[in-house]
Amino acid sequence: MSAQPASPAKQPPSLWARILDSDILASFLRSKVTMVAAVIVLVLFIGAFFSPWIAPTNPFDPATVFLSDANIPPAWQQGGDPKFILGTDDQGRDLYSAILYGLRVSLIVGLLGVALAATIGITLGLLAGYLGGRVDSLIMRIADVQLTFPAILIALLIDGVVRGIFKHANREDTALYVLVISIGLSFWVQYARTIRGSTLVERNKDYVQAARLVGLPAPLIMLRHVLPNVIGPVLVILTINLALAVITEATLSFLGVGLPPTQPSLGTLISIGNRYLFSGDWWIVTFPGVTLAVLVLAVNLLGDWLRDALNPRLR
Amino acid sequence: MLAYILRSLMQGLVVMLAVAFIAFSMFRFVGDPVVNMLGQEATLQDRAELTQRLGLNDPVPLQFARFVADAARGDFGISYRQGRKVSALILERLPATVELAVLSAIFAFVTGIAFGVYAAIRRDGWIANLVMSVSLIGVSLPTFLIGIGLIYVFAVELRWLPSFGRGDTVQIGWWSTGLLTTSGLKSLVMPVLTLGFLQLTLVMRLVRSEMLEVMRADFIRFARARGIPERRIEFRHALRNTMIPVITIAGVQLGGVIAFAIVTETVFQWPGLGALFVNAVQFVDVPVMSAYLLFVAFVFVLTSLLVDIVYVALDPRLRGGVLVPVK
Repeated sequence: MSAQPASPAKQPPSLWARILDSDILASFLRSKVTMVAAVIVLVLFIGAFFSPWIAPTNPFDPATVFLSDANIPPAWQQGGDPKFILGTDDQGRDLYSAILYGLRVSLIVGLLGVALAATIGITLGLLAGYLGGRVDSLIMRIADVQLTFPAILIALLIDGVVRGIFKHANREDTALYVLVISIGLSFWVQYARTIRGSTLVERNKDYVQAARLVGLPAPLIMLRHVLPNVIGPVLVILTINLALAVITEATLSFLGVGLPPTQPSLGTLISIGNRYLFSGDWWIVTFPGVTLAVLVLAVNLLGDWLRDALNPRLR
Repeated sequence: MLAYILRSLMQGLVVMLAVAFIAFSMFRFVGDPVVNMLGQEATLQDRAELTQRLGLNDPVPLQFARFVADAARGDFGISYRQGRKVSALILERLPATVELAVLSAIFAFVTGIAFGVYAAIRRDGWIANLVMSVSLIGVSLPTFLIGIGLIYVFAVELRWLPSFGRGDTVQIGWWSTGLLTTSGLKSLVMPVLTLGFLQLTLVMRLVRSEMLEVMRADFIRFARARGIPERRIEFRHALRNTMIPVITIAGVQLGGVIAFAIVTETVFQWPGLGALFVNAVQFVDVPVMSAYLLFVAFVFVLTSLLVDIVYVALDPRLRGGVLVPVK
């Protein structure tokens, strides 16, 4: 960004030096809210991915879970047990551990789903933009029709269809993949549109023409030459989509078509807790709910900041 | 102007056909419709008969044409799970969803525009700042969490409002309404708030930013210079020019209302179309799923057509036949 037009005599600055010198880092250090959000996201990611080592118990090991421990309130309430800081759920699982493991499931589904969506979208966008013509209009018409429908509706529909196709498979084995596929297929449009737009511009630039004249095959030109020049804006979409994907996963699980109670995500935990709301066991739904809300809010704040930081026009 | 509306009509038809094709493929290729209808134990002869009767031996394009013709007449086949006509199921559930969605949309737009205008006029007031921060949180909260939160406060703790169902309904013809009984109205409060909240925050943020933009425009400066009272500038001049993007969003958001109605209806066990759809997805009841898909597509196409017509009514530039690119 701020790299000087380096004279051939001077060494180009190292990557680290460029990071330290960049506008992005400066704008990051200026915004307190963003720093707090980044710390929260970092803590949640670490908690999720190291949950087997951090969590006090393994909520999925039937040997350590006792039904007699069910519905114990948080430790600071009357009847609480210091063994279970945030209380237990209906099956006697430690809620704190279940949230860490559930967070991991939610993030895995979200990350894989977004990765799938980005892969599909970037591929189709490159194809549409670079090849143009029929391919372009076909892909973009599909995108237009799909964009008419909200993602959650499409995800639900795909979820039903995929489960109809794998009807005889065990739901516990397939649930995670079904979710990833639903999220991937419902969020690809935005990537395809963005990539197509910038590819249309890049296609006519000299370096692409030169590569064509040299006789490089089209796939190689798309991947090695066009892609690096159009990938920038995708970063922002990725961040904001991660929040959306996590919400979508939680919603599907809450609706009972996502992850089963045996391998709960945050959405499944909330859905379990929802059943015990009326018996006054507020903690089963509250803690996973708050975790989900904080995660989404923090990721959204990071995404907003990234959008502003990468878009000099808004500064 | 007529060409403009005709063009949106054509686009709508194309979308409907594409969606019909998806719905048809779902019905035809997800699982075997014959096995789904007869069960695993049926004899080969029964199966062959039903295959013949459903016309599944015909070429696929003919089957698709028949599917479209049936759907246009409102015939979506028989639900695998409930054994009843899908059209009857949809008609029965329709009033609950329409009442919920329309009231939520009204709530979201009236409150959203009011808060948005206020936040734009009193830009630095503490109420405006508070409203903006709450809306940021609102955008990040999943719908079902808002619903659960409301249930906890108003149904579990305070016991003011019922937490599920529609309460007592009154039958007017085939339409069942919850608007005429106290318990029906009480049951509507929380679902409407839940469903409307996300839309409210979006409308509010949009109205505020558009309004701030318009207030900087030259014609507002000239209006001030002409000595027109500030109130009149704000509401007659600025607000009117803010409305076009708001209407666009209104059209798009109606889709959001319908999609999130699925979630809201599940949280509040609201006997509407969304709950029907979620059940259908859970049990892979394909005829209900494809009928719902077509229904939603129809609503979308209809709203975007309405939005296009409202544009013409609101924006005189569109009437002359000159197409101005609309945001």
